[in-house]
Amino acid sequence: MSAMTSGQTVETVGAVTGTGTTDDAGRQRAPWSEVWRIGRVRMRVEVLQLTRNTGLLIYTFALPVVMLLLFGSIFRGKIAGTDATYQQVYATGMIGMCVINGALQNLAYQVATERHTRALKRLRSTPMPAVSYFLGKVASVLAATLAQVAVMLTVGVAVMGLRLPTSPGPWLTFTWVLLLGCTACSLLGIGLSGLIRSENGSAVVWLPIMVLQFISGVFIVFSTLPKPVQEIGAVFPVKWLCQGMRSVFLPDSFKYSEPAGSWEHGRLALVLTAWCVVGLVMCLKTFTWRGRDDG
Amino acid sequence: MTTALRVKGLRKNYGDAAALDGVDLDVAAGEIFALLGPNGAGKSTAVEILEGLRSRDGGEVSVLGVDPAAADYRWRARIGVVLQEARDFTMLRVGEAVRQFGAYYPTHRDPDEVIAAVGLTEQTRTLTSRLSGGQRRRLDVALGIVGGPELLFLDEPTTGFDPAARRQFWEMIRSLRTAGTTILLTTHYLDEAEALADRVGVLAKGRLVEVASPERLGGRDHAQAIVTWDEDGRRCEERTAEPTRFIAELSTLFRGEIPGLSVVRPSLEDIYLGLIGSQETGSPEAGPQETAKPEGSAR
Repeated sequence: MSAMTSGQTVETVGAVTGTGTTDDAGRQRAPWSEVWRIGRVRMRVEVLQLTRNTGLLIYTFALPVVMLLLFGSIFRGKIAGTDATYQQVYATGMIGMCVINGALQNLAYQVATERHTRALKRLRSTPMPAVSYFLGKVASVLAATLAQVAVMLTVGVAVMGLRLPTSPGPWLTFTWVLLLGCTACSLLGIGLSGLIRSENGSAVVWLPIMVLQFISGVFIVFSTLPKPVQEIGAVFPVKWLCQGMRSVFLPDSFKYSEPAGSWEHGRLALVLTAWCVVGLVMCLKTFTWRGRDDG
Repeated sequence: MTTALRVKGLRKNYGDAAALDGVDLDVAAGEIFALLGPNGAGKSTAVEILEGLRSRDGGEVSVLGVDPAAADYRWRARIGVVLQEARDFTMLRVGEAVRQFGAYYPTHRDPDEVIAAVGLTEQTRTLTSRLSGGQRRRLDVALGIVGGPELLFLDEPTTGFDPAARRQFWEMIRSLRTAGTTILLTTHYLDEAEALADRVGVLAKGRLVEVASPERLGGRDHAQAIVTWDEDGRRCEERTAEPTRFIAELSTLFRGEIPGLSVVRPSLEDIYLGLIGSQETGSPEAGPQETAKPEGSAR
């Protein structure tokens, strides 16, 4: 067996460290090129694992379609005083639901499970940077959401008369809103995983998630919510994600029904970016690699 | 001889209980060192502190010249860690898992070569969840060595192996040593420590009670041989420093073949049980191995 000699390993590691920064404890941080390189490895692995989880895949894809068909057949026609149909509004709400399910519910549970099975401890013993791990998780949520949205929109167009934007502008908005929204929610989900202490403890995240769905305008037209509820909802990223999606898929005139009377793209970008930063700091500060039952 | 690992006065408390109570240890580069001890003796705690996965409450630790408590990714690239049994990433195939872990390191060994080294070439495309216990453990080792570590930690690597699998595994570990890897091993199996380790340390109640080569542990090399034989329907036993002379005399007595003759030195297990037994009772003389046995007591 030809093992690599230890001398070689040391030299190469030394060569990579040149551009890294140092933290307060004198530890050298991996350079961003390394974080990104390993992050891409994690992204591939996460998406691969996702595609092999058949049970979860079926549930994941069926849920938004079934919900859209249910809501779309119960509530019909135009929303009073606007050109938008209920089906259109619910289609955008379902995108919010996909992100909540993927990022907050599934991801929080998944990370807690990885902690419980000591997968995280094993990763911790390698040079893989934490941020690379987070990147992989964000990518898996993004990939799942994109696939869900594609299936849901196809069904929406086919059976519910949903019309998709034809100009590039709205699709550009769709891209950055989804990217920022998924990143913010995924980081929150990773942070939330710390609340799930045992293998069967995922119930603690259901209730807040349920509440968040209602106050963010996922199931109920946001502008019809009471003002105080709207204000609480506006603190969290999902409300903004849904608002961004309405700006993509609803007639432009609908913006007058929004609380601010406009789509507020600037503010929307600001809030979602702030949540990304808050989420990342929270993950870096509170993320633990070891489970509670593990000493 | 360079030192791979140096520990002085290592302490770790869980609540009021001291899990590690002043452990001193030196492991030389290129050595296989086995840490023995009963469950709860602090083996895993000690190893996880050395791996940089757990904090300590006192003492000095230097692993590859670095304090693991302040270790960064460069240091982690130089060590390999095989934790106690884990069942993770069940959705990946063997080849995918090894390639993935290799990619975490700035430089790594050829994944196919590593898979071959642990004898899993035929399972390269098998999902990790479909592996047998022994195969899964060999995969764990593959993930630990794919980064080409200078120092490899193996925490109870062969628990649940059948004897043949264990021997294959030992061969693999020996080939790593030949390639210059330092190995710190914890195990429950005395035969494993004897077969692999250059030196063994016995940890009991958070203290390292003895460190020696397997041949010399607990004065084993000076211990008297025990000669047993059958006589008048009884099993007889004699402890002697000169077994050859004693057997020659016996042979004269029996005029030839001695019925049921056996000559044994105390096994590593006898010595080990004596060491941890004396820890439990607090007095080295009170260990069960040291009590004088009347003639005829069966071994």
